[in-house]
Amino acid sequence: MLAYIVRRSLYAIPILIGVNLLTFWLFFVVNSPDDMARMQLGQKRVTPEAIEKWKAERGYDKPLLFNSEAPGLASLTHTIFFEKSVRLFVFDFGSADDGRDIAHDIQQRMFPSLALAIPVFLVGLLLNISIALIIAFFRATYIDHMGVILSVMLMSISALFYIIGGQFLVSKLLHLVPISGYEGGWSAIKFLILPVLVGVVGGIGAGTRWYRTIFLEEINKDYVRTARAKGLAERVVLFKHVLKNAMIPILTGVVVTIPLLFMGSLITESFFGIPGLGSYTIDAIRAQDFAIVRSMVFLGSVLYILGLLLTDLSYTLVDPRVRLS
Amino acid sequence: MSWLRRHPALSVFIMMLAVVVAGMWLLPVKPVLLWTDALVYLLIITLVSFFTYVRSREHLLSPWRQVVRRPLAAMAMVVLAAYVSVGLLDSIHFRKALPLQDGATQVDYSVEVLSLLDVLAGPLRKQLEKTYSAPLAAHLFTKELVEQADGSIIRGYPRLEYGGRHLRDPAAQRTADILQRAALALGQGLLLWLVLSSLWLAWLARRHHCSFPDFTRQMIVGQTQIPWRVILATLGVLVLLLMIILQLGVAYHLLGTDKVGNDVLYLSIKSIRTGLVIGTLTTLIMLPFAVLLGIMAGHFRGWVDDVIQYIYTTLNSIPGVLLIAAAILSVDLFISNNQALFETVVERADIRLLFLCIILGITSWTGLCRLLRGETLKLRELDYIQAATAFGVSNAKIISRHILPNVMHIVLISVVLDFSGLVLAEAVLSYVGVGVDPSMASWGNMINSARLEMAREPVVWWSLVAAFWFMFILVLAANVFSDAVRDAFDPRVSG
Amino acid sequence: MSKPLLQIDNLQTSFATAQGLVRAVDGISLAIHKGQTFALLGESGCGKSMTALSVMRLLPEPAGRITGGSIRLNGDDLLQLPEVAMRQVRGKRIAMIFQEPMTSLNPVLTIGQQIGECVLQQGAAHSKRRVLELLEAVGIPDPAQRYNEYPHQLSGGMKQRIMIAMALAGEPDLLIADEPTTALDVTIQAQVLDLMRRLQQDMGMAILLITHDLGVVAEMADRVAVMYAGQIVEEAERDAFFARPQHPYAQKLFASLPDMEKRGERLAIIPGHVPSLATRFTGCRFVERCDQAMDVCHHEVPVWMAGEAGSGVRCHRYDTRYAAQFTTKQTAQAAPSQTRQQAMEGKTPLLTVEGLKVHFPIHKGLLRRVVNHVKAVDDVSMAIPERHTLALVGESGCGKTTAGKSILQLVKPTAGRVRFQDVELSALSAAQLRPHRSDIQIIFQDPFSSMNPRMMIMDIIEEGMITQGIGGDARARARRVDELLEQVGLSAEVKHRYPHEFSGGQRQRICIARALAVEPKLIVCDEPTSALDVSVQAQILNLLKDLQDELGLAYLFITHDLSVVEYLAHEVAVMYLGRIVEQGSVQAVMENPLHPYTRALLAAVPVIETSADGSERSIVSVQGEMPSPINPPSGCHFHPRCEQAMAECAQAYPPTSQMDDGHRVRCYLYESG
Repeated sequence: MLAYIVRRSLYAIPILIGVNLLTFWLFFVVNSPDDMARMQLGQKRVTPEAIEKWKAERGYDKPLLFNSEAPGLASLTHTIFFEKSVRLFVFDFGSADDGRDIAHDIQQRMFPSLALAIPVFLVGLLLNISIALIIAFFRATYIDHMGVILSVMLMSISALFYIIGGQFLVSKLLHLVPISGYEGGWSAIKFLILPVLVGVVGGIGAGTRWYRTIFLEEINKDYVRTARAKGLAERVVLFKHVLKNAMIPILTGVVVTIPLLFMGSLITESFFGIPGLGSYTIDAIRAQDFAIVRSMVFLGSVLYILGLLLTDLSYTLVDPRVRLS
Repeated sequence: MSWLRRHPALSVFIMMLAVVVAGMWLLPVKPVLLWTDALVYLLIITLVSFFTYVRSREHLLSPWRQVVRRPLAAMAMVVLAAYVSVGLLDSIHFRKALPLQDGATQVDYSVEVLSLLDVLAGPLRKQLEKTYSAPLAAHLFTKELVEQADGSIIRGYPRLEYGGRHLRDPAAQRTADILQRAALALGQGLLLWLVLSSLWLAWLARRHHCSFPDFTRQMIVGQTQIPWRVILATLGVLVLLLMIILQLGVAYHLLGTDKVGNDVLYLSIKSIRTGLVIGTLTTLIMLPFAVLLGIMAGHFRGWVDDVIQYIYTTLNSIPGVLLIAAAILSVDLFISNNQALFETVVERADIRLLFLCIILGITSWTGLCRLLRGETLKLRELDYIQAATAFGVSNAKIISRHILPNVMHIVLISVVLDFSGLVLAEAVLSYVGVGVDPSMASWGNMINSARLEMAREPVVWWSLVAAFWFMFILVLAANVFSDAVRDAFDPRVSG
Repeated sequence: MSKPLLQIDNLQTSFATAQGLVRAVDGISLAIHKGQTFALLGESGCGKSMTALSVMRLLPEPAGRITGGSIRLNGDDLLQLPEVAMRQVRGKRIAMIFQEPMTSLNPVLTIGQQIGECVLQQGAAHSKRRVLELLEAVGIPDPAQRYNEYPHQLSGGMKQRIMIAMALAGEPDLLIADEPTTALDVTIQAQVLDLMRRLQQDMGMAILLITHDLGVVAEMADRVAVMYAGQIVEEAERDAFFARPQHPYAQKLFASLPDMEKRGERLAIIPGHVPSLATRFTGCRFVERCDQAMDVCHHEVPVWMAGEAGSGVRCHRYDTRYAAQFTTKQTAQAAPSQTRQQAMEGKTPLLTVEGLKVHFPIHKGLLRRVVNHVKAVDDVSMAIPERHTLALVGESGCGKTTAGKSILQLVKPTAGRVRFQDVELSALSAAQLRPHRSDIQIIFQDPFSSMNPRMMIMDIIEEGMITQGIGGDARARARRVDELLEQVGLSAEVKHRYPHEFSGGQRQRICIARALAVEPKLIVCDEPTSALDVSVQAQILNLLKDLQDELGLAYLFITHDLSVVEYLAHEVAVMYLGRIVEQGSVQAVMENPLHPYTRALLAAVPVIETSADGSERSIVSVQGEMPSPINPPSGCHFHPRCEQAMAECAQAYPPTSQMDDGHRVRCYLYESG
């Protein structure tokens, strides 16, 4: 088991190197730091001096890969690649274009993100599985057909409309909770209720339909027939036999997303003004702050790989046939 | 020519193409072939030849038959066809010739790139108001200083320049006029629908060697194998909507106007092409990579598999939105540094759309690639591939003759399943600021510019509602259709 | 006679399919008495499993529906019971075991949990003790440990024992066994059948045994009913049935079984295939395939002709009104095929295999080092002369299929030499091998996965010719395809159709035509008939035999079915855990088996004996199951299961002992000197 985890973690290294090279290429080779500076300072009439100053302030004035002026090993380390990309490996994110420390920002903003993402994830998962089980129980009946049609309709609505509709209905018409904003501590709850509700409702359509497919696939298997032949009640068959087997495909899809909960939800946070990592990312994209975008890309990749590892480990919990070696 | 008679769909397509080409030739216009137009044509040609191929092969045709026979799916197909027709009309671009200047011999062309749809929807496009106006309104939505007939100036709601221009006294006449026009549209629509559907039914009856009344009766009670009842009913609704647009949309702003006075109905219709292009071209672009790499990884295994798996795990591990954002920011920079390359605004916006499709393609091919790899791993152990190996058949032939045709159903299912997700993704990306060009009509841009209007008092709701319905109906139809396709093609799904 | 335990009257079950309503069970009536074993015999698709599922009311919903009739268990009509009450019947009064033990157990619940569920239904608190008792009763070694294990940790035979334990938990009056041993190897089948018989004696339950295997019926049944196309066509006491089958279909089934006595003659075949059950029948359902059919059979549905003691037959032949019309036409037994040349000693072999090994590495640990090998094929040598058939026999997992594939170089051998005539195939690269590919071809077991479903028959057959550059231009090839199709007994018109339009037997013919297209000298036949019904198997065996005579082909015939070996092969090699343990001419090995494994294998095959004392035959069978080829037992691989094992057997693998007439065996019992 430990050997397996170690080996999987070692596999992560080439992938992270790949991610790093790709982002380095996108951010520094396709567009040179000069382009970046020109864009940040406004397109027209930018003096070369202003560009140099902008670059120097942010450490973009070094050569990309090899610094022929620096002595010895420093010829490799005093480069943009080393300082901006390689350092990410030790989670040294550097500072944003406005000079703020990115690592500090991430720490600060992690908690609001999690406060929103975890309830959405847990409530959504439980609700979707429960609805799907009910639909599977009534399979091939009127309830099943209506359930499927309803979930297809729900999943055909853009997430943006769930948010706008939720804000309009709950906050503007009914005045139940504030439209947007955030406060620390327990008072966060009143700001979180609506985004959580919107997040859960927005996921019902796709989630229910997916779980229903999984359940129906399991229900058609031979072991279910055996269970029925024992004289077990449909309830027992569904909850004990089918649900436990269905957990295997469900985990494949779900566990990989758990670490990514840290990254927060882009649009929900942004719409509701929650100062999490999602809105952080969106603001960075809009402000074209490449340092933050790069850091978030790296963080996201690390979390994704962690998710893959967790998925494998979680198999050992639900599937006795899987043993890691 | 008998060949054409056997493929009526193909012959209609060729005829339409001929008319368009002839029109372009004869009229004083300069055709403009945008990148996405070219790819759309390529896609259409691929689809038409694919269906021509399938038509003659019963075992390939029968799942499609199963799709068409589902009433909901048939309804969805009619709706999709309507959207696609609008999208196609909007994919034929040209520049009008400017009137000859005195003494000039060279014809100059307008910098404005128009599509066939723009010409057809002429009044909608041209009737610009000053700012917001509510659906079917005759006055602006906001108060302004208005000069009265007697010369005094008060703050009030000024008349619109185009909406309800024909009314002398809007307050008294508007409702009656709207009802009258609606009734007229209803009557015309019904008439047109009756004529169209009887012609269609007559043709069908002849094909089924059945008398017209008999066939009609069968159709009405729902005994025909293809649910014509549902198809014709859906068609009826569409014809009715078209008539209402023709009657009311020209005289009024049927769905109001937005902040800068654009007709919302026109914007919504123009957005159809954007949505369709993103939903289809993205998959078209990524498909060759996903299919080739997935099959190669599964077939050759060993280091080829390792490399391909490495590539897609790496790409997959980058959060999609961030990769798209990073790439689009780069494209933006490139475009703004190379303005000279693009003659018109439309061409610039088109390039950005194309890049968006490419980048979305790059981030979304990995799922299909992984599926195909797994399926190929299973297939290569099957006896018929072992038998081919025992004959000494080359790898290229094994892949093209034995593996590819047997994974096509997976490709097809994933293409139709992806479509609706991509249409929805466009809206989110536009909100984030990395979607299509702000000058391009798209539902995402409509939502993005309208979302703050919800905070106004009173609320400006029509842009959002229009974008919602146009998008919802397309995505719903696509989802219903893809459900039917999956049920028909996926061997695992039964019943 | 006492009241029957289960009484089925005119049961009708139908299925909604894309082709219309299929009447899978069409008016079945039967009665099973307490303690009796009633066998329902029939080929695939005849509706026998649907009958069983109808009794349990477990038809796949919503497609399957019982549309008529009654099923009475001790007088209660099961079809009238509400679902809740039916649950009290399932598992308690009627239990059922299924064909596929691999998929019929829940993979994520332990053995203890799954059996415990049935015990808990009894409301008993002492469930664990009861489960252990049950495990003991079905012969699971070390029950306390197995209790906490999962199904994947058990072999197929063990899983079927678990299924039986679950069925016994409710102490049912009736056990429905749906092909309980079809998925198992012959030695395991013998063990499971033995267990079922013992338990039946102990508990006095009735068994409804559903099977396609006449041998199993002979071993197990008290009464037999033969099903054909949704109906019972004959019912009789076991002994009467085996002594004198009445219905032409039943007679044909017996005639089409291959065995030693039928060597050299053609097997009787039943032409055509089972009619679609979606059609309405206006005559006898068997008429199209019956060689005794009369006019009346075509347009009048035969009625049930009851005989003595509840027996009966559904055939106009036994109807007094028509009996006279039937000339007691002796079914013209096909003329024996040309006398087949026997063992050609001294002839240069076509194929020589020496010391063939196929080892699959097992990786483990941080660096994925190779820690062990699955020794699928471990030192196999053989030689096949021209026009000869060598049968490679063994149970599943013994490595026989891998051996076949590595001879074709579809799996790269780890060591050893494969020579075809004077070319050493195992030394060639993939490109060098290509021109030699036409010499050896292969036919597979599964007729459904052996042809590309997206290619036309023409393209399928032509592919090898094009690749090998045989058969001239397109027109010549098309002519050759026609010839080939006719050679394998199909019409040339089928070449423009697709594989899914053909039945299993027809597909297997097309596969043979595909192999023949490149004019091979040797064909590796990998269980070509084991997925087919008996009557169709006979057609294919006849065809293979004819082709050998006409074209002088040699076959490497890989099979687990000893009766096919007896009928077809010249030489036999018996494989156990990657090695050949005994090899020799068919007569020598079958009539005088030397290796204890060969003897156990032969003893485990159920025998159809027409004498009355069939059920008393004790099955001398081997205990235990084949170990894993990853860590085979030391010394002789068979010694842990061998009753005659000696001390030296565990030390080293026995050398080959040459007996007279080329009979070779690897066993210390026969070590010379």
